[in-house]
Amino acid sequence: MQIQPILAALKHHKLATFLIAMEIALACAVLCNAVFLIATRMSAMNLHSGVDEDSLGAIVVTGFDPRQVNDLNARMLAGLGAIPGVESVHAISSVPFGPQWGVSGMTLDQAGKQPGAVVEFYLGDPGTPKALGLKLVAGHMPAADDYQPLQDHEFFPPSSRVLITRALAEKLWPGENPLGKQFWSAKWQFRVIGVVANLSVSQYTENGEHGAEWCVFVPVQAGGQLAGTYLIRAKPRDLERVMTRARAAVARIAPDVVLDHANSHTISFLRARFFQTDRAMTGLLVGVIVALLGVTAFGIVGLASFWVAQRRKQIGIRRALGATRADILRYFQTENFLIVTFGIVLGIVLAIGINLALMKWFEVSRLPLWYLPVGAVVLWLLGQLAVLAPALRAAAVPPVVATRSV
Amino acid sequence: MFAYYLDLAFRSLKRNPVLTFLMVLAIAVGIGASMTTLTVMHILSGDPLPGKSAHIYYPQVDPTPADWYNKSHPLEVMDDRSAMDLWSAHRADRQALVVQSPVKVSAPGVDRPPLMLTLLATTSDFFPMFEVPFEYGSAWTPSDETGRARVAVISSDLNDKLFGGKNSVGKTLRLKDSDVRIVGVLKPWRPTPLFYDAEGGFTGNGYDTSYYAKPEDVFMPFQSALEVNDGNFFQFTCWGNGPTVPGHLENSPCLWVALWVELDSAAKADAYRAFLENYAEQQKTLGRFANTDTRMLDLMQRLDYEQVIPKNVRLQTWLAFAFLAICLFNTVGLLLAKFLRRAGEIGVRRALGASSRAIFAQCLTEAGLIGFIGGVGGWLLTMIGLWLVRRQQTPYSDLVHLDVSMFVVTFMLAIAVSLLAGALPALRASRIAPALQLKTL
Repeated sequence: MQIQPILAALKHHKLATFLIAMEIALACAVLCNAVFLIATRMSAMNLHSGVDEDSLGAIVVTGFDPRQVNDLNARMLAGLGAIPGVESVHAISSVPFGPQWGVSGMTLDQAGKQPGAVVEFYLGDPGTPKALGLKLVAGHMPAADDYQPLQDHEFFPPSSRVLITRALAEKLWPGENPLGKQFWSAKWQFRVIGVVANLSVSQYTENGEHGAEWCVFVPVQAGGQLAGTYLIRAKPRDLERVMTRARAAVARIAPDVVLDHANSHTISFLRARFFQTDRAMTGLLVGVIVALLGVTAFGIVGLASFWVAQRRKQIGIRRALGATRADILRYFQTENFLIVTFGIVLGIVLAIGINLALMKWFEVSRLPLWYLPVGAVVLWLLGQLAVLAPALRAAAVPPVVATRSV
Repeated sequence: MFAYYLDLAFRSLKRNPVLTFLMVLAIAVGIGASMTTLTVMHILSGDPLPGKSAHIYYPQVDPTPADWYNKSHPLEVMDDRSAMDLWSAHRADRQALVVQSPVKVSAPGVDRPPLMLTLLATTSDFFPMFEVPFEYGSAWTPSDETGRARVAVISSDLNDKLFGGKNSVGKTLRLKDSDVRIVGVLKPWRPTPLFYDAEGGFTGNGYDTSYYAKPEDVFMPFQSALEVNDGNFFQFTCWGNGPTVPGHLENSPCLWVALWVELDSAAKADAYRAFLENYAEQQKTLGRFANTDTRMLDLMQRLDYEQVIPKNVRLQTWLAFAFLAICLFNTVGLLLAKFLRRAGEIGVRRALGASSRAIFAQCLTEAGLIGFIGGVGGWLLTMIGLWLVRRQQTPYSDLVHLDVSMFVVTFMLAIAVSLLAGALPALRASRIAPALQLKTL
């Protein structure tokens, strides 16, 4: 197939060629970036919470008197534990995807000069790590005497032996053994005794100063600041029923407190709600991509059909001079390929430009380069598919057309 | 002439139904997408106090110590001492302190489990300053403030919930462990964005949608609220070891109180700025401040600074306009195909004496008609789009609707886009030389 004559012919249709190419360029730029945004959101939505989501739920109550927390904890733990199907109940500060309890900066030295990271603290009573389903990768779980009582008004014991996540260990002491290492947050001292595979922060934001898994688990006794949130573990098939009964039971167990209806749910429910906007955004982006490809394809079909109609006579002449149907078909396909290629080249430049703008204003990360060739292939295929019908119609033009009206 | 062109346009559209459908669809989809996001933007970026926002200011000072890790001065809110000093100086036309806290609410004699609601501790100027409408009763008086009276103003929502919407002035409300007397009930009031609230936002950078939440349900005089709900206050940040008693922030090394002032003229605003700077200097001399940075933004500047519009929404808007641009190119291509296919017909009209301007006008009429039909489709798609937004669980879902101005904008945008799309093809068509076309007939 000779490209020269096609290019020569395209020169006579500069405007139309330019329009299709621009459309392809814009489509390419938006497509690459939209797919990339989807991929980013999908990976955020796959956030590994590190807990047995299917077996866990949370009951959150508020509005109690801080002087009555020991009584409240005792009643709640006993009352919720008595519900048939409940495997265990623990006082916990917060759960993944629930309301945040404590995020704080921490330092690697006591004087507070050597910044470490902004981390999320989880507090839990004896047995909480096991109930959560945390997977230990180094060190050991807190022993019975690691769970210390909390003094009045204190957020942590003066010195605690804690679990941290693998991600946090890697952030604080890259390449080193984190076991036995110490860190401080204000006046409180912490010593690492174990590393768990995963545990996500409760409210993940892309813009947060803390990583998705920069978490510390502090073993404490229920009481003091640890009251009001309870982790319920049940068999996955029982969980929904157990949670319904647990929510109802609160009014009987502690008539004076206020049940936080919004946050007293299974972890799976809280997770689904947490990612609802991301899911909506992903759906919207998919919709845009589909509509975009559709509009682009229809545009190509429309223009190509017009070209075919316009060139019926030329096609007839070529056929009469001995060109086969395949030649005509190939002519239109090559022509489309050339225009789309031109559009893709422009589109790649645009795609990178848009990505840079998004990086600047929306904290989007850099577009991986392999998106560009993939996007190009998709648009080439789309172009070929769109031009197929008009090209087939062109190929069907009988040579006799050439002889008419000359 | 226009009626004739319109008639011609109709005929032309009917002649190529598929091509017409594609063009209308492209415009409708592009308009639907961009108008959905534009409407959401329009609602979220509105002025919550139209006509008055330019006179409302948010003064800030910086009481953090010199070795404080955060170097961006001044921070979002103030400590109680600075806020009280500035408030009680009464240098502005009106001034209001603002602090939110969660509170347990019930009403004696009302058979309902207690609710956890948000209590706004504020001062009496809050209501006239922010044009808060009252249904029953009124705000408390300045003497209630100094006397630390146990009085409250409640929202119409809460009044509906507890008292079935009846006049509840004089009735008692139980807040945590204290009884307070209701002195006022608000009319439904929904400032968008919830500009005076600092608690939820705190430079949300577009990640925090709490700026579109509903206002608080209970309002109380500042000092009375601190007493009634003691132990339930949250700090924005603290230095040193923080408050000695969690939730009790008075005289603590913490930032947690916001101040708003009303200054009715530019001269007064300048005077207040000087007063603020003086205050910071004076506090530095006294050894209480380490930094003398101050800031005073007006309401709209403040919203801009806080980037209250959710990032998702802004991203969607850009996306929608990129999409509209693609639809535009597509329409240009299709119109070009359509007009040039009629070269013969145009040639005849030209030969019969139609000027190239007439051809241009006729082509543009056709493009405009496509735009209008596309606009109708776009309007329907916008309604569907907004319905989808309303189904999302965001604090602003219930606010989303198409108002008259956006309805008009929908059609204007659709017609503008189609005329823009039609201009180039119409120009091309009007330049068709009559002779060349006649020869081929």
